[in-house]
Parts: sequence; structure tokens; C-alpha cells
Amino acid sequence: MKTKLSLVLIIVMALAAFAGASIAQSEDTVNILFWQAASHLNPYLGNGTKEFEAAALVLEPLARYDPDGVMVPWLVDEIPTVANGGVAEDLTSIIWTLSEGITWSDGSPLTAHDVVFSGEFCMNPDTGCTVLSQFANVESIEALDDLTVRINFDAPKPFAYGAFVGYFTPIIQKAQFEGCMGAAALGCNEQNFAPIGTGPFVVEDFRTNDVVTYTANPNFRVEGQPYFSRAVFKGGGDAESAARAVLETGEADYAWNLQISPQVLNAMEAAGEGTVIVAFATDVERLIINHTNPDPMLGEDMRSVWMEDGSNGHPFLQVPAVWQAMSKAIDRSVIAGQLYGAGGTPTCNVLPGPPIYASPNNDDCLTQDVDAANAMLDEAGIVDSDGDGIREYMGTPLMVSYQTSTNAVRQNTQALIKQWWSEIGIDTELRNIDAAVFFGGDIASPDTYSKFYTDIEMYTNGSNGTDPETYMGNWRTTEIVGPHNSWNGSNIPRWYNEDYDALLEQIAQTAVLEERASLAIQMNDMLVQNGVMIPLVYRGSVSAYHNSVSGVAMNAWDSELWNIADWTRSM
Amino acid sequence: MGKYIVRRLLTAIPTILVISFIIFAILELSPSDPTGNLPLTIPPEVRAKIREALGADDPFVVKYVKWLNQFFIAEPLNFAETVFGITLPGSEERTRVISWATRGPVIDIIAERLPQTLWVVGSSYILGVMIAVPVGVFSAYRQYSIFDQVGTFLMMVGFSVPTFFTGLMFIIIFSVNLKWFPSVYDTTLVVTDIETLKRQLLQMIMPVTVLTLYTTAQMSRYTRASTLENLQQDYIRTARSKGLTERTVVTRHAVRNSLIPVVTLIALGIPGIFAGALITEQIFRVNGIGQYLIIAIQGGDLPTVQTVTFIFAVLVVLFNIVADVLYGILDPRVSYT
Repeated sequence: MKTKLSLVLIIVMALAAFAGASIAQSEDTVNILFWQAASHLNPYLGNGTKEFEAAALVLEPLARYDPDGVMVPWLVDEIPTVANGGVAEDLTSIIWTLSEGITWSDGSPLTAHDVVFSGEFCMNPDTGCTVLSQFANVESIEALDDLTVRINFDAPKPFAYGAFVGYFTPIIQKAQFEGCMGAAALGCNEQNFAPIGTGPFVVEDFRTNDVVTYTANPNFRVEGQPYFSRAVFKGGGDAESAARAVLETGEADYAWNLQISPQVLNAMEAAGEGTVIVAFATDVERLIINHTNPDPMLGEDMRSVWMEDGSNGHPFLQVPAVWQAMSKAIDRSVIAGQLYGAGGTPTCNVLPGPPIYASPNNDDCLTQDVDAANAMLDEAGIVDSDGDGIREYMGTPLMVSYQTSTNAVRQNTQALIKQWWSEIGIDTELRNIDAAVFFGGDIASPDTYSKFYTDIEMYTNGSNGTDPETYMGNWRTTEIVGPHNSWNGSNIPRWYNEDYDALLEQIAQTAVLEERASLAIQMNDMLVQNGVMIPLVYRGSVSAYHNSVSGVAMNAWDSELWNIADWTRSM
Repeated sequence: MGKYIVRRLLTAIPTILVISFIIFAILELSPSDPTGNLPLTIPPEVRAKIREALGADDPFVVKYVKWLNQFFIAEPLNFAETVFGITLPGSEERTRVISWATRGPVIDIIAERLPQTLWVVGSSYILGVMIAVPVGVFSAYRQYSIFDQVGTFLMMVGFSVPTFFTGLMFIIIFSVNLKWFPSVYDTTLVVTDIETLKRQLLQMIMPVTVLTLYTTAQMSRYTRASTLENLQQDYIRTARSKGLTERTVVTRHAVRNSLIPVVTLIALGIPGIFAGALITEQIFRVNGIGQYLIIAIQGGDLPTVQTVTFIFAVLVVLFNIVADVLYGILDPRVSYT
């Protein structure tokens, strides 16, 4: 027995000595952790962010978005606009001119034919391209000469930057992928696993759903970059252990998408090894206000159904004093700080970004003021006349039903808001529904967010990409949901405003970025100031980097690794 | 015996075919969709095109026959070509089993991942058996001794505490606090010298220990129970009364007989090594077969799930035969004719 025990002790001691300081990082290798692993490196066949991000080290688009959502020329000298003649006056075509002297990592020159090929690769119906919607309205792409490409649209396209801008649609090499068009894309694993690119890194080794190893591109156009000579993109595991590897053990330099409880993440960051970074795109958690009457007594044809003559309006939620008081009673900073942590910040806009589109006009909702909310209701004559603690509007007690999907953060938000509303004399009945049912499209179910059989509901929505035109179009009159379109539409509040529709018409004709921004702000203000929605929390994506790395510029509009060529090891 | 093995192998063929059909039918009936996990911003018509490009909407029979052809004809021929360095006729038209998610041949990915699974799960299995058998025998021999009590307690703990908990605890103690072992497994590491061997061992310690704890707990319980039963048999008393040493009585008489059910259990557990350890691989980012299967299931990657589960089924059938044969060798009372 004794000898056995001492043997075990010796082994343990030997191991400890053997292990001393085993976790060390290599100076010139940048280790990136994605808890979802990349399946291949072809963004046109990408299944999710992981493929786009892993490919972004190698493949580059013509222009990228910077962290503010502003387009920056990448493989071109300037962004084409109507002003510089790059975009046609009638908005039906755009001309990109490649910078001179850019080469692929194999040394051959990048030409306009590669750009044309990249577009054709995606638009070929047999390819099964996942980013096809980036090429919406593209009729044809043609090379005017070796460095000039023209994209023709089948209709005026005021925002002409869908294709080849951002990490969804980078340029792939024609010579490499020529044999992989259409159905052949399925068998081209050699190409899909190691695309040749113009970016700072070259694929050295690819292991499906596991790890990608890159080395610096010797032909990279910027002298001396990238600063790291190797990059490792490791996948698998979960968000919490990824955060731990950067913030506590220091095994990795960068970890992506750390959606974990703010308390846990803060404790990890306190270890002092790394820094948590957040980038905000357009996702906003909001309350939707029902502008129609959801009374169960009304029956299928009338319940939460919009009538053109406005006859089926909500009994009290369209009264400004009511929803203004409801908004004023909410302490958004408590919800954001306690429940979302680094991943959320209070907001009063439904379109909070990019910065040029963010309205500065609604910030008064950021501070909670229960007294002012009560005063507002008193002034409007909405008082508690029968002494039950609930106010009445024209005899109807202010009792609201409030639904959302089942999720711990959302139920905590509901509980907080119910408490605040009770302080202003509004009684709230809470409901939560399984996400698959709530967001599901089952017409037979009464519990979907589009049927909206309650007074208030809550979820997150946001714009896809930097341009808000499609997103703002969600609240068009023709988008109002109801039995007439089998509840297929995006105007969930059932709100109707002719002026808003007119603004949408206007933005569809406007190409100048600043004018588009001012229109978008006007529309945002209309939505917020008419009680269509009550914005709560601006939700961002959370990542972390190790403190020995400098140059990381978190980006919500493009790849998070968009400027990896600039990253350096500082200690 | 030889005849018996041949007969068993021949009857295994229809079994395997039926299994392949059942797996395929179950997967086909399940509501998984290869485009289901794509971002919500991808419109339905784009999804339809992707499904069409993958052949996901083909009729059931077409897909099944295609898979049979790819798996039983194309893949072996392709394997022969690479092994012998020859080109057989029709090499160009042969389509291999292609994964929908990675768009690469499934077999290549399995081959790429097998080493780390075998290293980690395989070595923990061997280690587990090596510890479990002596511990189990000794516990039984000294029933209710302190060793037995402590051993039984530890084994109950090992058996009932899930690997995701022990794994996490190990990471927090040994990676975060002590900084002894890495928590991220480097699959690209190639052992070429002492330095790389040391790194390989270091990164294997935690996942292997977690898995060994579990295997040991299971196996030693069986060994203990089986040895206990045998130690009370009449032939043990006979052996002792013949004046044999305790050592001979235990090792030659009791243990050999007790190991018969244990060996069967060990043989039946071997296919499990190839299936990987789903959770442990995930925690330590070993990214072996287990993690691959999970990703494929989540992504609705039918060809991959079908191929991996089928290979697993074949191994189960084969090792059942192996266990039966071993049983006959170990136990002379069982004879196959």
C-alpha cells in the first residue's frame, strides 16, 4: 500500500515539474478562438459567421466597412458615387476601378475578370450561393478593361453597394475556381478548403470544423504587413471556455461571440489578462405596441386586425400620454446593465446605427422618471377613479398583456417592467412562449408574434447591413399583417401613417448618403414619437482579446478580423 | 471455430444492410434541413436553390441508392486507388460521399479526425481497463476493507459525476489556477521530438483523466462483482484445500473465470472509442469524430450523419462477433460448431 501511495505521489510531483509554465504563447502567432468551427473557407457557400470570418483573413472585398459603418476603399482607390461618376445618374449601374498593382498570394495580378467571375460564381443557380441576396437586382457584371468592372442593375438602385462590399462577398480567383462553377462547387473541396486570396494571410493547413492555420502572405500589398507571421483559427467548444482561454489562461489572443452572463464575464475580465470588446450593429430589443384591439371577445376576424377606417383601434394604447408614461417609467440602464452587461446599452431609437443614421432627438427616454410619468397621466385625466390602484381611460382600466419568447433575460426584463408599470397605475399580465412557436410561422397558432393577440410584445430586430432602407420598409402600410395576408408581413404594430409611406418612396429615389441618413432619422423619429415601438436595449456582439495584442478594432459591420494585418504583439 | 466465424461474418452482411436502411429512413423522416441553420436573412428562394444544389430534395430511394453506390463502390475503389497508386477505369465519374456542410468527402474528414480520437479516447480506454481490473479484483478479494470502501466510493463518484462537470473542474484547477495544462487541445501538433512529445502528453492529460475516471468506474464495478461471485464458488475452496498459494488461487483460478464477462464488456466498448467522446471532445476542443458527428447532426448534414453512424453500426456488429469468439476461447464450456 505504502509503496503504491508514494509511487502516485512521485508521479504527481514529476508531472507538476514537467508542466511548469506549459501554457506559453508563441510570439509571432496570433491565436483566434471561434467556438463554432469553420466548415470550409468559401464565403459564397458559407453556413454562418464562422466561414465568413475564417475566409476574411485570406479573401478581400472591393471595399470594407470600418467600425463606424463607413465604407473604406480596400482593393480600389475610391468608392464610386454619383458625384464622382462611379454610379450612373439613373442609378442603374456602378463602376468599380481596381487599384493598380494588386496581386494574388500566388503572384498573379488581380484583374476585373476575377471580380466578374466572383459574381457569376454566386449568381449561378446551381452553386447554391448563400449570399445571393447581396446580388439582388444585379442584371449583369462586365469587365470594361483589366481594372474596371461595371455592375448593371435591372432597376434604379440608390444603394448600389450590396455586391463586393463587406466580408460576405469577397473576390475569389478565377483561375482557381473556374472548374467549380455551379453544381461542380460541391466537389471542389481542395479549392474551398484553401482559396487563394489577396489578403494578409495564406492558408497553410485546413481541417474541417476544427482548425485553420495561416502564414503571412509574402505578396501582400502593404510592405511589412501582416505583423504576425502565422495565424491559427481554432474552432469548437463553447463561449464560456473560449472567454476563459483569452481572459484567464491567456492561451488564445482573440475569442469571438461571448454571449455569457455579464457577471461571469466581468469576473473573468477582472483577472486582468484580456479585454472585453463590444461592437453594435442595429439590433434593438424593443416593446411593440399593438395599435389594434386584441380583445379575445372579438373573434378571429377582428382580434388584432387592422381596419382601414381605423375603427378597430386599441382602446387606450394609441393615447400619447399612456405610452409616453409607459416608456418614461422604464429604467433602461438597469435592464441593459444587469441583464445584458457588456452586450447591451440603453437606447431610445429603433434605428441606432451606423452613427450617421442614429437619431439624436429621442434621448430624453434614457432617464427613468416615475413621477413625471404619473404626472403625465394625471394631466391627461387618466386617473384611478375606483381606488383599485389601476388607472382608467374612459372607463377602461389600464390592464395590459405583455408577451415575449421564453428566455431568462427576457423574463427578467418582463418582471422589471411589470414592477415599474405598477408604480404608474398600469396592471400587467405576463406571458412567455417557446421561441420556436413565438417566432414560428404556424398560422394555426394563436401565440405567434405576428398574430399579436396581446397588447404589448417584446423581441429583437435589426437591419441587415448598414443601409436601413429595407429595415425601415418594415412599417409600410402594405406590410400590415392580418388574415388578408395570412399574417405574413412585417408591420407587426399594425401602424398606419401616410407621411411615413411617403418618406419611404422618397428614400427609394435618393442616392446621396447624407440625404438618405436624414430621411432614415426622420422615419426613426416618427416610429418612436408615434408610439409604434418602445426601444429598450441596443444589443451588440461581444468578443475579447488578450492584452498582449494591440490593434484590434472590433467591427459589427464587417468581419471582426477586418484589420488583422494591423494587429501586433505589444509585449 | 473458423467455420463459425465465417458464418457469423456472412450473416452480418444482411444485418448491416438492414441497419443502413433503417438509419437512412430515420434520418429522412427527421425534420432536419441542411439550410435550417443558415442566418434568417437568407430568403426562402435562396434556400430552395441551395437544397437543390445539394440534392437534398431528391426522392428517398434516389438518395439511398446514391449513398449505397458511393459508400460501397466508389469509396472502396477510391481507397484502393490511393493505396496502390493506380487509376482504375471510371475514376473520373465516381462520386464520393460528400458532406453537405463542408462540401468535402466525408471519409477524408473521418480519416483526418481519427488520430486525435484514438489518441485521447483510445488511451483513456486502455488506461481505464488497466486500472479497473486490478482495482476491481483487489476490492473483491478484500471485500469491505478500507481499500474496498474507498474504492467503491470513488467509483460511485466517477460513475455519477458527469464528464462535463469534471472536465470544467479540471480546467479551472489546472489551467486557470495552476496553469499546468492547456485547456485548448492543439490538433495540429505533430510529435517529432521530445519537446513535441511533452506538449502532446500535457494536452492529453486532462481529457484522458476525465474519460479514464469514467471508464474505470464502470469497469471496476463489473470486475468486482464478477470476482466476488467466483471467490465464493466451490472450486476456489477446492483449490485452497489442495494447498495452492493464495496468489495462484486468485490469479489463476478466480480472476481468469471472473474476467469472462469483463472481456465481453471491454470488446463491446471498443466501437465506442471510434464514436469518440461527444462531451469531453467538446470541452477540451479535441475536435474528433464525436464533435464532428454533433456538428453534422445540428447542421442537418445527412450524408455525414449517415456515414458516421453507419460505420459505428458496422463496428458494433463486428465487435459483437469478436466478443462471442473471445468468449469461446476463454470459456471452454462454450463451444461453437
